[in-house]
Amino acid sequence: MSVAVAVHGLTKSYGEHQALRGIDFEIAAGEVFGLLGPNGAGKTTTVEILEGYRKRDAGTVTVLGEDPLKAGRAWREHVGVVLQSSSLYPNLTVRESLKTFAGYYAKPRDAEEVCTIVGLDEKKDARVRTLSGGQKRRLDLGLALIGDPQLIFLDEPTTGFDPGARRAAWDTIRNLRALGKTVLLTTHYLDEAEQLADRVAVLRDGVIVREGTPAELTGGSTETEIRYTRGGENIIERTTDPTRRLNELTADCLAKNETLDELEVRRPSLEDVYLELTSE
Amino acid sequence: MKLFLRELRTEQVLFWRNREAAFFTFFLPVIFFLIFGSIYGSDTIDGIKGSRFLEAGMIGYGVASTAFAGLAITMVIRRESGVLKRIRSTPLPPQTYIAAVLASTFLVFAIEALLIIGIGRVLFHVAVPDRPGSLIVALVIGAAAFAAIGLGITGFVHSAEGSSAVVNAVYLPMAIISGTFFNPQHYPGFLRVIADVLPLTYFTRLTRDVMIRNHHVWSETGSLAIVIAWGLVGLIGAIWGFRWQPRDA
Repeated sequence: MSVAVAVHGLTKSYGEHQALRGIDFEIAAGEVFGLLGPNGAGKTTTVEILEGYRKRDAGTVTVLGEDPLKAGRAWREHVGVVLQSSSLYPNLTVRESLKTFAGYYAKPRDAEEVCTIVGLDEKKDARVRTLSGGQKRRLDLGLALIGDPQLIFLDEPTTGFDPGARRAAWDTIRNLRALGKTVLLTTHYLDEAEQLADRVAVLRDGVIVREGTPAELTGGSTETEIRYTRGGENIIERTTDPTRRLNELTADCLAKNETLDELEVRRPSLEDVYLELTSE
Repeated sequence: MKLFLRELRTEQVLFWRNREAAFFTFFLPVIFFLIFGSIYGSDTIDGIKGSRFLEAGMIGYGVASTAFAGLAITMVIRRESGVLKRIRSTPLPPQTYIAAVLASTFLVFAIEALLIIGIGRVLFHVAVPDRPGSLIVALVIGAAAFAAIGLGITGFVHSAEGSSAVVNAVYLPMAIISGTFFNPQHYPGFLRVIADVLPLTYFTRLTRDVMIRNHHVWSETGSLAIVIAWGLVGLIGAIWGFRWQPRDA
């Protein structure tokens, strides 16, 4: 499979502050890659370097075969960008916005079709300033799709959404994968990464502390949690060998004719792993 | 060229739909012309009919409000709202975009100048200028210079909220001190000292010399040189301070 994005040894400092301390990752064509981390971890810095907005201090960055800093018009034809905050002309309608930006590309998608993809069919003729925050964000996404890009950068696309709007945005992003697009998604929502990303890199203080599929990340943690109530006492155990431990527990209870009430066995969620990784 | 024309059209739509901005930059000079023209249009200023004197001044005020203030405020708001950053991510060449923004600004100013001259003719019986060629040259140079200063000042304005405050604080006093409304010769000394360095003083002098005294634009080398020099200062400022990305990012 071809590589859409390759980052090696990337560093970036702002004065004394080291925002990125040497990160490496690759994104395959057609993959949805999640860059996860708390605020200030370096997510936006990374994305802006890949988009060509920022200079790096060291390392190599290849995006669709080119160095973003030196890339020109042809490269921009194939890259769609959703910035962290909405960036629209308030006095154009949704349709006018899409058509205006469509005019910048050699082979744009149909504005009406994009309107449908991002779920703004009913708002086609509404001025942008009358849209809700979530609708503006969907138009941001629409403008990133209008050039029919191969690669789309989504910087915290659902921050500030209500749960319903987030679900709708997730469906749209899933559609992008179905269309074969490569997506780099930054988020500080774990469920978002878990729901959408094929692979996730967790960024903390400018370092990637873990990388893999959501399943690998959670599976990588060796401990399983067993909770139960026995003899009126709440007990939480952690074990690296749940099969044996459960067998011991249940055998012991049966032998003594006792019960394990409210028995719960759970693998750590991505959230547990994330909190473990991102806390000091 | 097709890209440029399409973008120019978008810019025009954006300008006229933004009613508040269109009012301040386009209609206010026209309204002031009507008000002050009614107040002292029939007086004699500097041996010239008041409305005729004022008409040339309002064209000076118009260039400051459209090419300087309107452009500067628009570009700061677009920069801070991320619109410029987004445009930079598209294949639209940045020079095409800037050219369309400037052309749209000049078009607005041209309409404004025609409207002021038309109102002068119809309501205040001011003769249409005798040297249209010279006037056009003067207006183009003035518009270019003030647009350059407008882009130059964007580097000093750090927030969208502050943009109209900062820009208005610069251009309204400038318009008054430069004598676009009144004859600056009767101003107190300290104001005349300030007026002597302002570009609008020289642009207004230029429009008055061409429109009222029927001078040829090229004979006014002094005024012309100072307006152009200010334009170059603005251009250097624009090259140094113009940004596509929001200041906080």
